[in-house]
Amino acid sequence: MGQTLAEKILSEHSGRAVKAGEFVIASVDVCLVQDGTGPLAVRQLQKINLERVAHPGKTVLFLDHAAPSPRKELSNDHMLLRRFARKTGAVLSEVGDGICHQIIPQDYLAPGDVHVGADSHTCTGGALCAFATGMGSTDVAIAMALGRTWFRVPETFKIQLMGRFPEGVYTKDLVLHLIGMIGADGATYKALEYHGKTVDEMKMFGRLTIANMAVEAGAKVGLFPSDDVTRDYLQEMGRGDAFRPISPDADAEYEKVIKIDVSKLEPTVSFPHTVDNTRTMSQVKEMDPIHIDQVVIGTCTNGRLEDLQVAASILKGKKRDKDTRLLIAPASRGILMAALKDGTLQTLLDANALILPPGCGPCVGVHQGALGDGETCLTTQNRNFVGRMGNPKGFIYLGSPATAAATALTGRITDPREVL
Amino acid sequence: MEKMKGKAWVFGDDISTDHIAPGRLFHLRSDLPELAKHVLEDADPEFATKMSKGDFVVGGNNFGLGSSREHAPTIIKIAGVSAVLAKSFARIFYRNSINVGLPVIICNTDGIEVSDELEVDIDAGVVHNLTKKTNISFAPLPKVMQKLLEDGGLLNHIDKYGDFNLD
Ligand code: SF4
Repeated sequence: MGQTLAEKILSEHSGRAVKAGEFVIASVDVCLVQDGTGPLAVRQLQKINLERVAHPGKTVLFLDHAAPSPRKELSNDHMLLRRFARKTGAVLSEVGDGICHQIIPQDYLAPGDVHVGADSHTCTGGALCAFATGMGSTDVAIAMALGRTWFRVPETFKIQLMGRFPEGVYTKDLVLHLIGMIGADGATYKALEYHGKTVDEMKMFGRLTIANMAVEAGAKVGLFPSDDVTRDYLQEMGRGDAFRPISPDADAEYEKVIKIDVSKLEPTVSFPHTVDNTRTMSQVKEMDPIHIDQVVIGTCTNGRLEDLQVAASILKGKKRDKDTRLLIAPASRGILMAALKDGTLQTLLDANALILPPGCGPCVGVHQGALGDGETCLTTQNRNFVGRMGNPKGFIYLGSPATAAATALTGRITDPREVL
Repeated sequence: MEKMKGKAWVFGDDISTDHIAPGRLFHLRSDLPELAKHVLEDADPEFATKMSKGDFVVGGNNFGLGSSREHAPTIIKIAGVSAVLAKSFARIFYRNSINVGLPVIICNTDGIEVSDELEVDIDAGVVHNLTKKTNISFAPLPKVMQKLLEDGGLLNHIDKYGDFNLD
């Protein structure tokens, strides 16, 4: 019997052919913790005198969630992680370098790797065909120290994509549509595996957006094949030698097949307070206008150069609505610099945007852009739970960078196709 | 394991880790007893003051969805909750709970109401609802997780054996 991508990668890392449902101890290639989860991971290792890392060059500690730190407790947490890096040789990604899920795929991951991170969106690495999954601090602490962890090999849902994206519709709309369709627990404990001609033609930034949100359907991992797109991306990142092609076997067994014709999709928005609470723009248009107080473009889902470029193309020569703040947080310093160089930043500033430092920005409510009571936000991030942006009395809507830019122009949730 | 007894505190579907340990309290993550005073605050602002040691948190579907923050099950445990019962759990929360030694039980929670007295027998796989005089059975944990829970969580397990010893 053939193997899915998840079965293939976990077989390689456990030294025997495994299939869905089995428990394995697998070697781990790349680990990450961030400033919200890393301090606990470090303290756990200290408790059992295991303050070491198995692969120092591939263990990365990110200061990205509270970047820069808004208060002394978090500054102290940053100090703890810096000290741990010095002691163990682990890599430190400093305040301002960028978000973990941007830096790991571009600088560390190789196709076929097992990657665990103390951050739920570690699944972003699935875009590069890595078995990448989020865990808690203790799990990742042990994986960092021993270079191993345990998994239950997941069953896989095959997501068969066909058709071309219509103008104004992006991979973000597709993944919101998928989650709306199967539900926030529709793929709990499962692997998602993306197939089809639409995938072959999908650039890495789009794949990263989709893989990033696998966890929002409950999935353990969201895997893309390693193909020409992967090779081109790695080459562009100066890591062409990390490439190897990987695809699932033709006779692999899938628990379910889900088909989506992307040419039929519309811009899609998740309404408060769950990601699967989705509406198409046609549905939104039938409702009373929804005023938006704050628009955020950025995060590990949609803070890449291409995302900022799409927003800039819509905002070019125009101004944001005077009653709608527009916050932009590039996912990394590299992206900020590229956006500076190609004029994207200028266009955004001309539209009266506020540029935040590279990092998680307002996404998780630690600092920067917390919502007031009853305020609304349309953001390109991956989550809209109660309290997510610093206030349980806030209302968060999720959409693509194009929808976000269109909304910033008019001050209400707006179909980007109306302003393109 | 010993039987556990306490009152039920009922929450709905989709209780996220943002409900349990919100991001605006990020700075308390290195002070877990303090963070525990806010446990589940965004689902029920008074929960931490109303509950007593030994009580149960009862959820619906997809309990613990969202972020990987292990602080969420940890502060539920620190607050004195003896177990979380839900129809289903999000993957990372479930695994984290076992790792920190918080029992998580997948069972049909539909008939449980606020303040019901529950007795949970993990070994027998049954929840006795003493108020409603009903019994709800549940499947045992997978072997790997049972072993970790018996050892008092992942950290103790590794400390004891120096490596994974799950066979
Ligand atoms: S951008 Fe948001 S979702 Fe992504 S890692 Fe940061 S806080 Fe988490």
